[in-house]
Amino acid sequence: MSDTEQFPVTMTVNGKKVQRFVEARTLLIHFLREDLNLTGPHIGCETTHCGACTVEMNGMSVKTCTLFAVQANGAELTTIEGMANPDGTLSALQEGFRQMHGLQCGFCTPGMIMRAHTLLKENPNPTEDEIRMGISGNLCRCTGYQNIVKAIQYAAAKLNGTDFQEAAE
Amino acid sequence: MNDLTPTREQREAALEGMGCKRKRVEDVRFTQGKGQYVDDVKLPGMVFGDFVRSPYAHAKVTKIDATEALKLPGVIAVLTAEDLKGVNLAWMPTLAGDVQMVLADGKVLYQNQEVAFVVAENRYIADDAIQLVEVEYEELPVIVDPFKSMDPDAPVLRPDLEGKTEGAHGPRKHHNHIFTWEVGDKDETARAFDEADVTIKEKISYHRTHPSPLETCQCIASMDKVKGELTIWGTFQAPHVIRTVASLLSTIPEHKIHVVAPDIGGGFGNKVGAYPGYICSIVASIVTGVPVKWVEDRMENLSTTSFARDYHMTAEIAAKSDGTVTGLKVHVLADHGGFDACADPSKWPAGFFNIVTGSYDFPVAHLEVDGVYTNKAPGGVAYRCSFRVTEAAYCIERAMDILAQKLGMDPADLRMKNFVKPEQFPYQSALGWEYDSGDYHTAMQKVMDTIGYRELRAEQKAKQEAFKRGETREIMGIGISFFTEIVGAGPSKNCDILGVAMFDSAEIRVHPTGSVISRMGTKSQGQGHETTWAQIIATEIGIPAADIMVEEGNTDTAPYGLGTYGSRSTPVAGAAIALAARKIRNKAQMIAAHMLEVSEYDLDWDVDGFQVKGNPQARKSMKEIAWAAYHAPPPGMEPGLEAVSYYDPPNMTYPFGAYFCVMDIDVDTGVAKTRRFYALDDCGTRINPMIIEGQVHGGLTEAFAIAMGQEIRYDEIGNVLGASFMDFFLPTAVETPHWETDYTVTPSPHHPIGAKGVGESPNVGGVPAFSNAVNDAFQFLGSTHIQMPHDAWRLWQVAKDLGVHG
Repeated sequence: MSDTEQFPVTMTVNGKKVQRFVEARTLLIHFLREDLNLTGPHIGCETTHCGACTVEMNGMSVKTCTLFAVQANGAELTTIEGMANPDGTLSALQEGFRQMHGLQCGFCTPGMIMRAHTLLKENPNPTEDEIRMGISGNLCRCTGYQNIVKAIQYAAAKLNGTDFQEAAE
Repeated sequence: MNDLTPTREQREAALEGMGCKRKRVEDVRFTQGKGQYVDDVKLPGMVFGDFVRSPYAHAKVTKIDATEALKLPGVIAVLTAEDLKGVNLAWMPTLAGDVQMVLADGKVLYQNQEVAFVVAENRYIADDAIQLVEVEYEELPVIVDPFKSMDPDAPVLRPDLEGKTEGAHGPRKHHNHIFTWEVGDKDETARAFDEADVTIKEKISYHRTHPSPLETCQCIASMDKVKGELTIWGTFQAPHVIRTVASLLSTIPEHKIHVVAPDIGGGFGNKVGAYPGYICSIVASIVTGVPVKWVEDRMENLSTTSFARDYHMTAEIAAKSDGTVTGLKVHVLADHGGFDACADPSKWPAGFFNIVTGSYDFPVAHLEVDGVYTNKAPGGVAYRCSFRVTEAAYCIERAMDILAQKLGMDPADLRMKNFVKPEQFPYQSALGWEYDSGDYHTAMQKVMDTIGYRELRAEQKAKQEAFKRGETREIMGIGISFFTEIVGAGPSKNCDILGVAMFDSAEIRVHPTGSVISRMGTKSQGQGHETTWAQIIATEIGIPAADIMVEEGNTDTAPYGLGTYGSRSTPVAGAAIALAARKIRNKAQMIAAHMLEVSEYDLDWDVDGFQVKGNPQARKSMKEIAWAAYHAPPPGMEPGLEAVSYYDPPNMTYPFGAYFCVMDIDVDTGVAKTRRFYALDDCGTRINPMIIEGQVHGGLTEAFAIAMGQEIRYDEIGNVLGASFMDFFLPTAVETPHWETDYTVTPSPHHPIGAKGVGESPNVGGVPAFSNAVNDAFQFLGSTHIQMPHDAWRLWQVAKDLGVHG
């Protein structure tokens, strides 16, 4: 096998089936960004630490900078580009991040929202500590996390149909 | 008027102007992954550049052989210093008046220094080719410790400077010496120390670290050879400065260079400088005729494009026995790495470190800074602070605590005793600054009352007794930091970058239908300018913020500005925006007078339009005036409604704050837990409280990281330790403390809207608050000063050295 030998991959990304040929060494993040033009997932570290490249794969949060595209063969993926409501409005998490000022430069945001999306499926009603632990694989340099926690609480309340009570400072 | 006529309050609310917690307009695209960062930009035919880097910290480069690399399919070129010499770009000038190698010219001065630039069809091939470039090195002795840099027998790091006894900032006294910067009155300060009842002296180091934005530095250079035009997309905090530098270096006329800074994934000072990656991409595009993208990886980012701090400060305070301070003496040994590429205004080799008298009324002071070369990466950027202000704040805030300890005084009381008093403003500091405004006592008292300071001290005392009796292994610290920042660089009389005065600018155009486009010389990297700049304009000209588009980062369309860093956007560009808006309002007033057939002096401004004095029903809204400006302007008046303002600030602004940190430390594990962190900021007039709070949270988190573990370390042969997120501490949501924020408002008297800037205060004030908490906790065990960073291993070691492990 040479570095440049091409392999077929098929996967479902944001509900659409895609088929491409890739090198075995092509990272999933490069496949998403370069081949599929899905530039929402970002590259912050290349070492699985920062989580800016997080997407959902087969119901689990994965960091696409340390997965090969061929490892996602046959998988179902959701990226940030697949998160808005069908009518184009912001989903509960996206709205929560905006309402609670859960982002600044926006670079970690796609990964952070995708992690939170899966977290709320795993645990629809997380405590603050559970949220903090749940997003501890995603780094943010701007917000200090406090408003990200609130954003996720906001979304959880909205998805659960309960009232969101902003904690008193 | 009828019931449907909006009230004044309703019209005001509809503007979403200053003081309102307006939600950010940027977030709509960012939350959908639709931001456009540099690496998202794809151009037809684009190729990729990447660096061959040195594994050695100090070595001669005796041979570079790219033969095998060039044989690899997809490799287009391999550039070396020899190639760059052909276009006179093997070296580039730095912002600090030094020169820096773009690619290794005969030797390397730090690990990971750029040696050759590989250009290939894609990132993977470029990476493959790097492995195939053969470089031969001859190792040289390495200097890592700045204190050994000026030893008589220290190796010569910069043979290119051999024999140069004069540097950009005065005489050089050793071959590894860069500058000595002296401020203040040496003799009077010496006298104060001779006459003092009490003196303290402590070596206080602020370790080397890195701004580490989540997006690394990156660019795309695209040379259109037919038109002779160069376009550069890049992560630039100061796009216009990059254009000027690119023009000076490349000799391409400045009007034929287009610089675009799209969305930027955090900057924190990292993206101010000009780096070899930019130069090589430009040259590679000129050579190949196709766009060249360069994206550094995280290891390259942490180990080469800039660093921050690395200041080794010896602080001395003279005082009376009642605690009144009478003199301050500071010497700094500044480690600038292999080249002096500090990103400071040109005349300030140590930035504004002479703010080191802090918030206290020192009658005399003397400061001396020695800059030296070592085998470390160049940089010296202001990591979320104004130039060297965080070092200065740390120095004075530690020193005040050490003085309090020696006097047996409470550190809060010592500060209260020595604060510059409200009636002393504008206050002339002993080291040359004129503080614009402040009310330190009120801010300090507010925090002390809110957190129950005296009760916390009583609790600490009880815990110390319990510790001594062996009932607990936990110690408690209360860290106080009262900082004064100096931001908003700056007045042309003393601030320039490569000769360009540090003004900033705004252009506002009101369209016929009453919506607005506005452009500034600044560039947001997360600060939310698209939201807040519109709020200033909304309040000033009465057009809803929602109808105002803010655009930054395109040098073709934006007026020239010096960019965003050093908390200068609001103090400088914020003022330009207000003044440009007022020009528009003045013209609007004349148009309204014409429309209402009254004298312009008979009109009052009222929220979103002009009304006739004594007859509020006779009014014209800005929307109506805008239409008239294009449809039927008064006879003799130019049509249109737009304005430009270039603002040269008369002074810096001086935000301040009182930060208190309560910390519990387990002496057996060294683990420190922040129980409470209370941050009161006074940044003058507040434009968007939501964004201010967010900025404070973020800055505090960076301060927490720096104080409690984040460091760029080197081993004795100059290997970078900690150049990945495995080793470089960026706190997660789990470690990050809960932040409590508060404020007072003391407007800047010289700023058109009274705003002072806030983005960097929390880093400046936060670091000493954390470090003082740690030091305060250990003080009763006999410790005076513990060097940062205070990670668990080091704190465990401190406890062990103090004998508490038995």
